[in-house]
Amino acid sequence: MPLRRTLTALACLSLILGIQPAHADALQDAGRLYRQGQQAQALEQVDRFLADKPKDAQARFLKGTILVDLGRNDEAKAIFTKLTEDYPELPEPYNNLAVIYAQQKQYDKAKQALEQAIRTHPAYATAHENLGDLYARLASQAYGKALQLDASNTSAQSKLALIKDLTTTATRPGSKPAIEPVKPVEPSKPTVTPPATPIAPPTPTVVATAPKPEVVKPAEPAKVEPPKPVVETKPEPKPEAKPEVKTADVSAEVTKVIEAWASAWERKDVKVYLAKYAKDFKVPGGGSRSAWETERHQRINKPGKISVDVDNIKVVADGAEQVTARFRQNYKSASLSSSTTKTLVLVKRDGKWLIQQERVGG
Amino acid sequence: MRKLAIPAGVGIVLASYFFGSEVLGNKLPQPASAQAHEAYSPLALPTGDSPEAQLTEVFARIEQNRLDLALQQAETLTERYPNFRLGQLVKGDLLLARAQPISTFGNAVNAPQDKLADLRAEALARLNAYRSKPAANMLPSYLLQMLPEQKYAVVVDAQRSRLYLYENATGAPKLVNDFYITQGKLGVEKMREGDKKTPIGVYQVVGNLPREKIGDFYGSGAWPLNYPNDLDRRLGRNGHGIWLHGTPSNTYSRPPRASDGCVVLANPDLDALSSHLQIGLTPVIIAQNVEWVSQDEWQQERKAMLSAFEGWRLDWESRDGDRYASHYSHNFSADGSDYNAWTTQKRAVNAAKSWISVSADKVTMFGYPGKDDMVVVTFRQDYKSNNLNNTMMKRQYWKKEDGRWKIVYEGAA
Repeated sequence: MPLRRTLTALACLSLILGIQPAHADALQDAGRLYRQGQQAQALEQVDRFLADKPKDAQARFLKGTILVDLGRNDEAKAIFTKLTEDYPELPEPYNNLAVIYAQQKQYDKAKQALEQAIRTHPAYATAHENLGDLYARLASQAYGKALQLDASNTSAQSKLALIKDLTTTATRPGSKPAIEPVKPVEPSKPTVTPPATPIAPPTPTVVATAPKPEVVKPAEPAKVEPPKPVVETKPEPKPEAKPEVKTADVSAEVTKVIEAWASAWERKDVKVYLAKYAKDFKVPGGGSRSAWETERHQRINKPGKISVDVDNIKVVADGAEQVTARFRQNYKSASLSSSTTKTLVLVKRDGKWLIQQERVGG
Repeated sequence: MRKLAIPAGVGIVLASYFFGSEVLGNKLPQPASAQAHEAYSPLALPTGDSPEAQLTEVFARIEQNRLDLALQQAETLTERYPNFRLGQLVKGDLLLARAQPISTFGNAVNAPQDKLADLRAEALARLNAYRSKPAANMLPSYLLQMLPEQKYAVVVDAQRSRLYLYENATGAPKLVNDFYITQGKLGVEKMREGDKKTPIGVYQVVGNLPREKIGDFYGSGAWPLNYPNDLDRRLGRNGHGIWLHGTPSNTYSRPPRASDGCVVLANPDLDALSSHLQIGLTPVIIAQNVEWVSQDEWQQERKAMLSAFEGWRLDWESRDGDRYASHYSHNFSADGSDYNAWTTQKRAVNAAKSWISVSADKVTMFGYPGKDDMVVVTFRQDYKSNNLNNTMMKRQYWKKEDGRWKIVYEGAA
């Protein structure tokens, strides 16, 4: 492959000329400044570095990432696009390109870019999670059209996760040493359902059993109704409509439960962690409860520190005894750092809120 | 809630998609297959590229568990028909299925249940109709005798949410096309103004209102029907403005039960239908459940009716009071007279004549959908006698009583 040869050649060249420490330092400085949130200075540094080494993939990647943070999406897009052309085997530029496309609501392009990222690197966890988020977002867009809902209301508008470091370059000669290999490690569960998964796991469903009230509506309005937020389109006098819940109280209760759950997970207290799940918890993928528990045991007890923090918890009451909570889950372990939208459905059993469903995405 | 039957040929995957997994237990609801309809084999992919064919392909792929192909097809469909809400919903499900396991039809957060139920009903109606077409040798029992100039007839099956377009071909009526339709919010058997029901009966297209005149809500045009017809009026049914019409621009189609009584089609379907409709000629027969008969049965029925009618004509010409009266039901009524008054008066008139000649042309005979075995016969009657000649359009309602066709109502048409 000519590209690889070019890189190798460059590497040899720099060996012959002797690596100029100033250069390496400049790039490291830029990275440090960026991590400290000093984007403008970081950009200055990286530009200085690129003036000498305009082809350096690390530096270009860093510059693109800084530009995203600065909101200069079009410039960032150009950089990542060029990187995907120059290094089609790297997943990170595709991922970050997808993040930009998603921000610009070009979901189909975002999807293509993420699928490309996964094709180049099937185990790339962030890309999988981003793709999961993206599918959920595309789905909610389609649902919005199907049910005339305000799409922004139906899903958590989570930001896809930008990858900050170019790590997979480790696989090639002449590039920066690996920070750490990317492994198919613990995202809390598989986020992409294989295409051949049957659509219906054996779980009871609310939708099919809910009796449809034959609501007699007023005469056909001969006008186009503008799409309204979901809350307003609900017919008011439905007997099974959401009861008035003291939202603030419930929200506080549920937030506490989620924080306790995250904390048990973080300190690897599997017993407490599992106790947060309801007896009728819908095991993702429809497997058995005991197999799932065993798997959680193994994953959580893997060596190394775990950090789980949750923020931006939003609780919506689905009824007096059920709520849906969405939040950002930032997970870090020895091998993976991810930031995803998480949705938990909690039910009240004997006065305690317990997790009944868990999924990635809004 | 209307009972939703699983369409013929739908397997367990689709069934659980539509109804949730409780149907996965040992009790799978029985397919709603009628003998008159031929079901495609479960996995047969549809041909053609109508939105309905494309949607059916999406469902067939789901059934095969080829969710990737299903999604591809759903994307093609919604790209071409972005307002096809049902297509969007299924696409949403297929997309979401990639991010997380989904349990059933319509997994949108906070989805309004009534709208979901409507879309599910539409899906099943379309799937059912598309997958089980009327068998080739079966036809609606109603189209017994049409005029040569009546090129087409429309038959609506409310239960199936389906409109069938028949060509008045030599031999027997021939199915040309069929479309998904929306009926009244509260179903059929319209009685009163504002009851949000679609009338059941034999009607006719009596006008055409172009798109520009009626506003976006009625889509690409409207074809008013002659509801209430003379029978409806006699039975005290009222209301007006029952049309065949199109769909507003913000949606490709409407739920199976959504109109105020009109029969609503998707705009492309209405356009396809419109080129076959003739004002003042095209019959529109609306049934709750179309009665399907074989061609042989249809021929028999038609012959029996023609011969009953011919018997009536000959017996009138005979001036024999008993023979003439034998064609009338004891429940007969004409405007202002009952059986006794009618036959007494007719006996007197006929007996006083030295000769009568009755001929009929422009005869149409349509089976009347509903509980009773009834046929409406309309014709031009040319009456001549020694002292009176009269030509008029006449309508008779014939009803089967103890195996014999009898006239229950007669009057000018």
